Amino acid sequence: MTELLVGTRKGLFVLEGEPGSSFDVTTRAFEGEPVEYVMRDSRTGRLLASVTSAFYGPKIWCADDASSDWRQAEGVALPDGGDAALERIWVIVAAEDDRTLYAGGDPGVLFESRDGGESWRLNRSLWEHPTRPDWQAGGGGLCLHSIVPWPGDPNRLALAISAVGVWLTDDGGVTWRHGNQGLVPRYMPDESYEDTIDLCVHDLHRAPKRPERMFMQFHGGVYRSDDAGESWTDIGAGLPSDFGFPMVVDPGDPDSAYVIPLRSDGDRVTAEGRVKVYETRDAGARWTERGDGLPQQDAYLTILRQAFDRAGEGSALELYFGATSGDLFGSGDAGATWFTAAGHLPPVYSVRVSP
Amino acid sequence: MALVRLRGPLRTLAGGRTDHPIEGGTVRELLRELERSQPAMSGWILDERGRVRRHINVFVNGEYGTSETPVGPDDRIDVLPAISGGWSG
Repeated sequence: MTELLVGTRKGLFVLEGEPGSSFDVTTRAFEGEPVEYVMRDSRTGRLLASVTSAFYGPKIWCADDASSDWRQAEGVALPDGGDAALERIWVIVAAEDDRTLYAGGDPGVLFESRDGGESWRLNRSLWEHPTRPDWQAGGGGLCLHSIVPWPGDPNRLALAISAVGVWLTDDGGVTWRHGNQGLVPRYMPDESYEDTIDLCVHDLHRAPKRPERMFMQFHGGVYRSDDAGESWTDIGAGLPSDFGFPMVVDPGDPDSAYVIPLRSDGDRVTAEGRVKVYETRDAGARWTERGDGLPQQDAYLTILRQAFDRAGEGSALELYFGATSGDLFGSGDAGATWFTAAGHLPPVYSVRVSP
Repeated sequence: MALVRLRGPLRTLAGGRTDHPIEGGTVRELLRELERSQPAMSGWILDERGRVRRHINVFVNGEYGTSETPVGPDDRIDVLPAISGGWSG
């Protein structure tokens, strides 16, 4: 049985099912509220949800069961009295030790929790980074949306912020440095490529079995790094479009990545009315179209950055993604064939498979 | 003391009480004191900048108010979620 945690514009939906057949909604929570992200911490079994009420602002909530009472976490706020307010929490990720969690949000902020998500504190070194006055927000805000631990080493972490590029730390977040060499922001004048930090990363992943190998969906471009995010090589050739938001990797294969191309920056829907996932198994040298079972006619879907996830690995890799149309698709065979897991949900913001 | 009146989830967070007599000279002072005395409400009405959240309306004796609106001891302040028709959500 696979459990999916689906954050939508109108609440959290928990679905359960088997790959190949439709999933059932077993629980709904935060009815009517925008739920940006929900994850289950494999170390504790606890659920953590990011909810941004249009009225009352962004909060993180914790629960041991989705249908039980949710507790509001403490400390999810910027320092009082400044000129900025927390706009949204985009992502929550378990660290590589046995208790730490990270949360990333807008405006480009990282929070840490040492008690399973009950309380949080701001990472001050990123908050007070001397380059912060020059940071530019992307269309979705100044969102810290990707937090990528290094397997087995809690001090090494990579972040991605739209639109301030990749950030790396080797000391548990005490100091941060950029990792942007090779990224080409085609939305900037040519002469600005070398020096700009206005780098709109859309998603960032690491290959667990070869941690120095990373993959990135950029705002126009798909990239690979073989030096732990210090420098990047464009691997978008062969895709029908190198614009998109989410990607996933097969944790059993460091040469693998999956993307869902959208037509273009100005037309953020699946191209030609056909929904296609693209897979590489050779680190981006070639891309293979994977659409068997996905809508192939008059299907103009938008898949947001947190709305694609996986479970398992290798030939048993399960893949799931949701669209703002409310459709939810899955594959139980590493993308070879697809099925509709659910339809008619509210616009899907995030999909996470419970570990 | 001015009277701050709450409804919906704000009232629930404030121990289920609708009426909260509070001392203060402006709407912001009242709401800060309210959040201080009711920690579960911290950040729900005022953001970190001390501003009333964008989609919350504050009425002083039935008239739209802002954080800076002065209040007196006989004033009534209603805190309500805004009508957000047309918002994409």
